Amino acid sequence: MSSNNNQAGFLAIELDGAGYWNLSAAVLAAESAGFHVATFKDAPAAGRVNALQRAAFAGPITRTIAVVPEVDTVYTEPFHISTQLASLDYVSGGRAGWIATAAESPEAAAAVGRAFVEGDVLAQEAAASIEVGRRLWDSWEDDAVIRDVATGRYIDVDKLHYVDFETPADFAGTPYSVKGPSIIPRPLQGQLPVLAAASLVGEGLVPVDAVDAVLVSAPTAELLAAEVRDVRARLGAAVAVVAELDVVLDSRGQDAAARLAASTESGRARFAGTAADLTELLDSLLQEADGVRVHPAEVDVDLEELSRLVLPELRRRGSLRAPIQDGSFRDVLGLGPADNRYSTSAAATAAGK
Amino acid sequence: MTRDIFQPSGQIQFGIFFQGVNSGTIWKADESGSQTDFESFRHIVQTAERGKFAAFFLGEGLRLREHLGRPHALDVVGRPDAQTMLAALAAVTRNIGLVATQNTTYNDPADLAHRLSSLDLISGGRAAWNVVTTDNAWTGANFRRGGYLDHADRYKHAEAFVETAKRIWDSWETATGPARHVRHEGQHYTVDVTPRLPRSAQYRPVLFQAGDSPEGRDFAARQADVIFSAHPKFDDAVEFRRDIVTRSVAAGRGANAVQIMPASEFILAATEQEAQEKKAWVRSLQIGPQQAIAYLEQFWGRELSSYDPDGPLPEIDPVVEETSETRGSGFHGAKARQLADQWRAEAKDKGLSIRGFVTSKTARIDSTFTGSYTAVADHLAEYARVGAVDGFNISPWLIPTGLDDIVNHLVPELQERGVYPTEYRGTTLRENLGLETPVRSEESVRVS
Ligand SMILES: Cc1cc2nc3c(=O)[nH]c(=O)nc-3n(C[C@H](O)[C@H](O)[C@H](O)COP(=O)(O)O)c2cc1C
Repeated sequence: MSSNNNQAGFLAIELDGAGYWNLSAAVLAAESAGFHVATFKDAPAAGRVNALQRAAFAGPITRTIAVVPEVDTVYTEPFHISTQLASLDYVSGGRAGWIATAAESPEAAAAVGRAFVEGDVLAQEAAASIEVGRRLWDSWEDDAVIRDVATGRYIDVDKLHYVDFETPADFAGTPYSVKGPSIIPRPLQGQLPVLAAASLVGEGLVPVDAVDAVLVSAPTAELLAAEVRDVRARLGAAVAVVAELDVVLDSRGQDAAARLAASTESGRARFAGTAADLTELLDSLLQEADGVRVHPAEVDVDLEELSRLVLPELRRRGSLRAPIQDGSFRDVLGLGPADNRYSTSAAATAAGK
Repeated sequence: MTRDIFQPSGQIQFGIFFQGVNSGTIWKADESGSQTDFESFRHIVQTAERGKFAAFFLGEGLRLREHLGRPHALDVVGRPDAQTMLAALAAVTRNIGLVATQNTTYNDPADLAHRLSSLDLISGGRAAWNVVTTDNAWTGANFRRGGYLDHADRYKHAEAFVETAKRIWDSWETATGPARHVRHEGQHYTVDVTPRLPRSAQYRPVLFQAGDSPEGRDFAARQADVIFSAHPKFDDAVEFRRDIVTRSVAAGRGANAVQIMPASEFILAATEQEAQEKKAWVRSLQIGPQQAIAYLEQFWGRELSSYDPDGPLPEIDPVVEETSETRGSGFHGAKARQLADQWRAEAKDKGLSIRGFVTSKTARIDSTFTGSYTAVADHLAEYARVGAVDGFNISPWLIPTGLDDIVNHLVPELQERGVYPTEYRGTTLRENLGLETPVRSEESVRVS
């Protein structure tokens, strides 16, 4: 994926604030507003249900919007994560992705009885989990299910592969191995797009080629575009860059400043103001970034304004792409079909057979 | 004390067990659909809901079965993660219970409890956990902790696991908190967690248990709401009920506290004769010639492809002493040579070919109800009358249309006989099964 200067970008929306009770209304509203991606946060917090399951719930009731949960890589089992995400791809018709997070959390460690890790170890754990996940997704070739009545074979065993993953020799966490193959055929997209915070990716961290997109944060809205440029310069053109923005809009006769008081500090750049000013900001951000992820202060309130006033204008200006009906998340990110590292048919083709 | 005397409810319920693996599900018929497409799951769960089924079950297996050292090629294989699929199905259903089979060995209690409670909240109080105890080292190769659990420890471990989960679910005083801290320090793991989620509409997920050993039954009698049993035949079911009633009374619970839903398969038609013909067709597709040979190879530990599936059992001996465990726990540990002698004698005695013999041996045979809609309905009404079971967990042999004739023909017959629900009682699984609200589990910090 290359820098998209002057190309229309995409918009993602974080739907954590909708909770589980309002989930279908929120995701349907986001889809009809024209958002390309819905994301679901998953750090421990009172009242927050598992992000992957919220994404799965959203899958069958939508047609176009990608459903992308956060899933921790440090204190969760890579085999489970890989299967769950592949399953999410099936239930969403190929619209799943993964925001790989690395929990720096003593609580998360204590909950599963593991030693707390921090610093560089987090990126190593994340890199290992992503590698396991990706190998398992490839462990069934696309055409492994053959249903060959004549020979009685449901699968072609030559098209299933052990992944035989071992953590690298310099692995700072507890070493482990994963055998494979997966217990589910290759996901519909082949490989789900993997996203991670830009701070987790790069030299000595999660390798750039392990992810498809990075999430870029800056302390203020003014600094965000510059940070996007810096990250792109640092990581190269192969990953998509998504700018992170908190949004509080004037709405329902209350101005953003008043609503702002009630919302909490996130550390991300924040926009507070009118829909017209937000449109200008997003327009300029979409010139720099491939996409912007909006974190609404209150999902139902801000989503309504975004839907009525902001997205239509961005589309009119040509800075926002039209959603792709029945498209995959790979399509949203401009990724082609995913190669399979184990593919025997590819090897055969290469050998001129 | 009447609490100690079992009272039949006079009703039966159905659940569907979508297997996703093994030879029970036919893939060779023209009507056989995809085992992984979401549309297959949507079709079958919505059919079940139309038929007022209490629950939709998904199994779990965390390593592919192998055959002579490679993944097994002949049967249906490859299935989605249970809870991810059930969360998606929650969005396209309203009343049916959603049961995830999840083992207590390769999961973490706090993580699993959180995910199950998430499913429970997302579905409006319809989640359940079918507790299983996978303990083979072979599955462990896919997990960080490897094959760490001794066979003898698995139910001790499972019980500590389930109690920890219950304490996590019970920790919210009200719908909005506050939560208690839950700590467990055990031989195999430590959990120290502040639970995050409130009670669901059914208080906490319903617990099913599948496992048949005395330890498994005692565990179920202490902890479970429903047993997913392996005893569908009438006399056997009555005996199993008696055993479970005894165990649950001994565990200090009421005689009716634990419900029983055996695994089952239905082959139905308008007449007895058509049903028998259909059965022959189903069996021929379940156990084809290659499956018959492969089945014996599991026990012989060697390649037998030169043998004629329509001929007698191999005269050569198995090369292994203990049978392979890679095919599943049901096959584990039998003495291979002894078994081979026994089987040769049995097949000769009954005049069975390899294929005929294997067909007669495969597990589903014991759990099959074959016949006309009316005859089977009469038979099931008898189960309801004496309270032999509370319901049946049906494994359809065809995906996704395998429940259609059950819902269209058998269910109305049962409803006419007054032994099957005509409406869902409520929106939660607990209500629909007629289970009591659970007693809050013990609060104190416990160290074991
Ligand atoms: C009807 C039935 C269904 C089962 N389904 C599963 C399953 O889907 N996954 C699994 O790992 N084990 C499954 N089991 C296996 C049990 O969890 C258990 O490991 C096995 O029965 C051995 O336990 P036991 O010694 O108490 O019988 C099932 C068992 C029964 C009786």
